[in-house]
Amino acid sequence: MKAYKIIVLAKQVPDTRNVGKDAMKADGTVNRAALSAIFNPEDLNALEQALRIKDQFPGTTVQILTMGPGRAADIIREGLFRGTDGGILLTDRAFAGSDTLATSYAIGQALKKIGDVDMIIAGRQAIDGDTAQVGPQVAEKLGMLQVTYVEEVKELKKDTIVLKRRLDRGVETVKCKLPLVITVNGTAPECRSRNAKLLMTYKRAKTVTELQKENEDYTTLYNDRPELNIPEWTVNDIETDASQLGLSGSPTKVKSIENVVLQAKDSKIISSADADIESMMLELLESHTIG
Amino acid sequence: MNNLFVYCEIEDGQVAEVSLELLTKGRTLANELKCKLEAIAIGHKLDDVEKQVMPYGVDTLYLADDKRFYPYQTLPHTSIVVKLFEEQKPQIAFMGASSIGRDLGPRVSSALHSGLTADCTSLIIGEHYDKKADKNYENLLYQIRPAFGGNIIATIINPDCRPQMATVREGVMRKEIVDPKYKGKVVNLDVSKYVSDEDFVVEIIERHMEKSKLNIKGSPIVVAGGYGVGSSENFKLLHDLAEVLGGEVGASRAAVDAGYAEHERQIGQTGLTVRPKLYIACGISGQIQHRAGMEQSAQIIAINTDPEAPINSIADYVITGDIANIIPKMIKYYKKNTK
Repeated sequence: MKAYKIIVLAKQVPDTRNVGKDAMKADGTVNRAALSAIFNPEDLNALEQALRIKDQFPGTTVQILTMGPGRAADIIREGLFRGTDGGILLTDRAFAGSDTLATSYAIGQALKKIGDVDMIIAGRQAIDGDTAQVGPQVAEKLGMLQVTYVEEVKELKKDTIVLKRRLDRGVETVKCKLPLVITVNGTAPECRSRNAKLLMTYKRAKTVTELQKENEDYTTLYNDRPELNIPEWTVNDIETDASQLGLSGSPTKVKSIENVVLQAKDSKIISSADADIESMMLELLESHTIG
Repeated sequence: MNNLFVYCEIEDGQVAEVSLELLTKGRTLANELKCKLEAIAIGHKLDDVEKQVMPYGVDTLYLADDKRFYPYQTLPHTSIVVKLFEEQKPQIAFMGASSIGRDLGPRVSSALHSGLTADCTSLIIGEHYDKKADKNYENLLYQIRPAFGGNIIATIINPDCRPQMATVREGVMRKEIVDPKYKGKVVNLDVSKYVSDEDFVVEIIERHMEKSKLNIKGSPIVVAGGYGVGSSENFKLLHDLAEVLGGEVGASRAAVDAGYAEHERQIGQTGLTVRPKLYIACGISGQIQHRAGMEQSAQIIAINTDPEAPINSIADYVITGDIANIIPKMIKYYKKNTK
């Protein structure tokens, strides 16, 4: 039976789905500190698909590649708790301000360094931007085929894969050859939860930067247990053309950001009393809005 | 050269609604830029496409017709669009923010190293002064979209890379014929020059497309629920009200994520855009992504337990209270006064 080399692309995102009132500062700007950082939901769906292949084909390895600030090492740890073989944190100030294209360039270059990957699996899109661009852009950068919106791996035999896709108005089943980039839809099965044993094993997995911040001396432990080292790659670890990185490598620029200011309408305030509801319904009937 | 391109999606020989909407927007912007509006359709048996798109003011229609081009596949469509854009050097290119456009757009932008902005809610022409380079840009495309959880509206520009690419969801732009007799030219592409055999590596085993049974976009009344509705059971109340009033049920993204309503009912920036006569928002706080999909409704009723909900500020009627109490009363008094 064949074993596969799988890389899952995952992103740490602010939890924009749970923006509470304290997420906005008094001046109307976003208080990023009030938003918790989470594993992008559809990337978890992607991780599950990868782990299922690993379950089915012993010897398969699953690694997470994530790009972000130092704290994004959480994403690698989350993966380890759920059954991955490790991961790489791509982190450097040179990547700051990247749009989707500069992001996919950096990720593509890191993937080239990793090399010989059978499948690159990513979530369809991240909730902080909803662009759904990085998966296809990475595929193009690597000259690989992409299959987007995947809901299920129906069959995997040697280097042939059958995938079910969820489209706007239907479903499609496609067959193609590895290697390829797959983006996984939120309708795919949810990710398994953390495994208690793996949590115990890997809770002290750290990047070098994190270790340096620790007061205690963990050196011996990490020399004895190399699996607890989370590799950190900076711009110097991958081959890059600086003009394609970060803000300057991004064709799209943010011209302006406006905080949302609501233009208040003259609203009628209605109570839930019967008389109020009835008079509202009568008004709507008289204006032929309803009826 | 340097014209405005629209990629036209084809399903069963029909040009998708979203593509016609983009042609309408494209025509207006092309007039402003004094350039041509061009369209590309890739598929099979495209004889009817000319008749469908010309009334929207298309100056040049490129057709790539081959039985291998339908249904849509990533690689052959990308090859054609990339090559055609390299030849024609459009300044602007639009695609639908659909299953197809969101698969194709990023691939094309990556190949051409041109910027792409997803899910724009507004597209206008403007200028830009780059302080650092002391350089003034004229006639740039402002790609405007809500961002970061909808708390901000971002205006994105691509000062130096071409084409300036944007995707837009169906229903966001209006569709309007400019001249039923408009006549542009048709260019049939020699497909062998645009694709190679290596582009055909995907076999479509099965494909099942259905026309949406719901017609939320066309409904004069939409009863929409948010996370505040609280449960799937409470959502039944919304269906009851919609049925009595002759409307359809919509939902916010939070309600869809919570499993209260099906995905195809989602209204907002990443869902449907509706402009009904009456929009009844139940338990919806009213984040901007949701408002982007409904704020053009003629009348809005907001029912919320929170008197400070942002949606209240754009509502014509604000009712503070519990939907389980209010909706049955609305049904009761509607029935009483229509008998």
